[in-house]
Amino acid sequence: MRRPLSHRLLGLAGRLAVALVVAFILLPAVVVTLSAFNDKAIMSFPPTGYSLRWFARAFSYKDFATGFRNGLIITAFASTLALLVGTGFAFALDRYSFRGKRTLEAILVSPLVIPHFTIGLGFLILAAQIQAARTFALVIATHVVLVLPFVMRSVYVSLRNLDARLEQAAASLGARPGRALVTVTLPLLLPGLVSGWLFAAILSFNEFTASLFVTAQATQTLPVAMYNYVREYADPTLAALSVVYIVVTATLLTIANRFLGLGKVLNVEHAR
Amino acid sequence: MKTRPFLALFVSPAALAALALVAALAAILQFAFRAFVPGSMEPGGLTLANFAALLRPLYADVFLQTVAICLMTALATLIVAYPLAYAIVRSRSIALKSFLLITALTPMFLGEVVRTYSWIIVLGNSGFINSILLAIGVVNRPVQLMFTTFGVVVALVHVTLPVMVIMLAAALSHVDLDYEKAATSLGAGPVRAFLTVTLPLSMPGIVAGVTTAFAWTFSAFATPQMIGGGRVPMVSTLIYQLGFSSFNFPFAAALSVTGLALTVAVLALAKAALAPLERLGAH
Repeated sequence: MRRPLSHRLLGLAGRLAVALVVAFILLPAVVVTLSAFNDKAIMSFPPTGYSLRWFARAFSYKDFATGFRNGLIITAFASTLALLVGTGFAFALDRYSFRGKRTLEAILVSPLVIPHFTIGLGFLILAAQIQAARTFALVIATHVVLVLPFVMRSVYVSLRNLDARLEQAAASLGARPGRALVTVTLPLLLPGLVSGWLFAAILSFNEFTASLFVTAQATQTLPVAMYNYVREYADPTLAALSVVYIVVTATLLTIANRFLGLGKVLNVEHAR
Repeated sequence: MKTRPFLALFVSPAALAALALVAALAAILQFAFRAFVPGSMEPGGLTLANFAALLRPLYADVFLQTVAICLMTALATLIVAYPLAYAIVRSRSIALKSFLLITALTPMFLGEVVRTYSWIIVLGNSGFINSILLAIGVVNRPVQLMFTTFGVVVALVHVTLPVMVIMLAAALSHVDLDYEKAATSLGAGPVRAFLTVTLPLSMPGIVAGVTTAFAWTFSAFATPQMIGGGRVPMVSTLIYQLGFSSFNFPFAAALSVTGLALTVAVLALAKAALAPLERLGAH
């Protein structure tokens, strides 16, 4: 049966709407890529000639190198700590009932709606009060709190999808709880753990607002260094760096999707 | 028999993290009620002066403008995100689904600085949009898009889009396709089936998406700071300016507390106002 013309027009309109939205999302990425290869120092569009000099400058600018190194240190600690804390808590949340469970959960997911500047300001004031100057530990603690909701969510969803009977089977075969956890539960959770860690790492590395409050010159992360650069210079160096950012992030997400299924983690697959 | 093995081990690190967050928020609350001593990082005695200063038209206006920008952004994001979320959930091609999902999500992971910087090149006076408008002769002078509320809202919609898409897609994926089929077999056209079945059933996602978008927009700092350039003041930029230009941390703290109270109030209000709608989607 052929669908009536009005239905086909409707389908066409829907496709057009989706295409427009995709264009809106991709527009800045396309424009920033074009201007990254511009050979002029003034940011103008369209580029008159092409060059790689802004990539060279982005990679040789000292503050970016320091910011990148600081970011790696902070991200490695923050995402790993968040993974440990978040996995344990997600497990307790899924399996056990205990006093204060809902309160603790509500506090830990609250950074999703509390403005990052509020959290950054809070940790800055707190650090000043307990005489802890702006150190790496302060930045790491702030990032752990910020990325924890994402890790918890990712691990919790994987736990929900896990077949509890496999653990019971291990227990009935004589495995003690610790052994069942290490040999059965953790391996089955691995995709959730990896994607949780990956989300946490990307978000921590790119976090800006709270970092602006809690970092000092010595602990400055890459996004903070980039923000400071825009305030001083108007050349396309940052465009070149943005291109690197976009390519790396999209690649990581594509890999994550390939191996872990983002749709499942984010709960947007159609329930069948 | 131990029925909850390793409970303390699993929960105490999380409790410690929660404690740190609560302590940080308590520190802000405490500072909000202290006097500002110019030229010193140490606050003075207890006072309500910070909150009294908030009522001055200068600051009250910033609050109102921020709320207006948040509302505009949340609604615009909903309209832009819905078709994309629908396509992600309903598309039959796995490749297309993955492409749309990655396209929708990548901006979220890029961070605010990279995204906002890109919008500067799009919106600037010698940027993408103005170059095209000038080239095809629609205008003969660049249209001012940077440093305007319009420019800030456009960039904020882009920033808020991923989270809205996730929430809408999650809700849409739980809408049972059979309901739609039932409506169609009873003679409803696709538009009617969508408006009377799918849209109401996705209402929980719309409520969650709009309120989260509001909170995220309120939280945005890099976008109003870089696109607004000080000419579109929002609460976040004002707090930063107070903290790091005037070192008036007590007043910055009072603004943060008020902003947080406002966010909580808006979230609660939206939840209450939309509760009847949300029940439509309960199943």
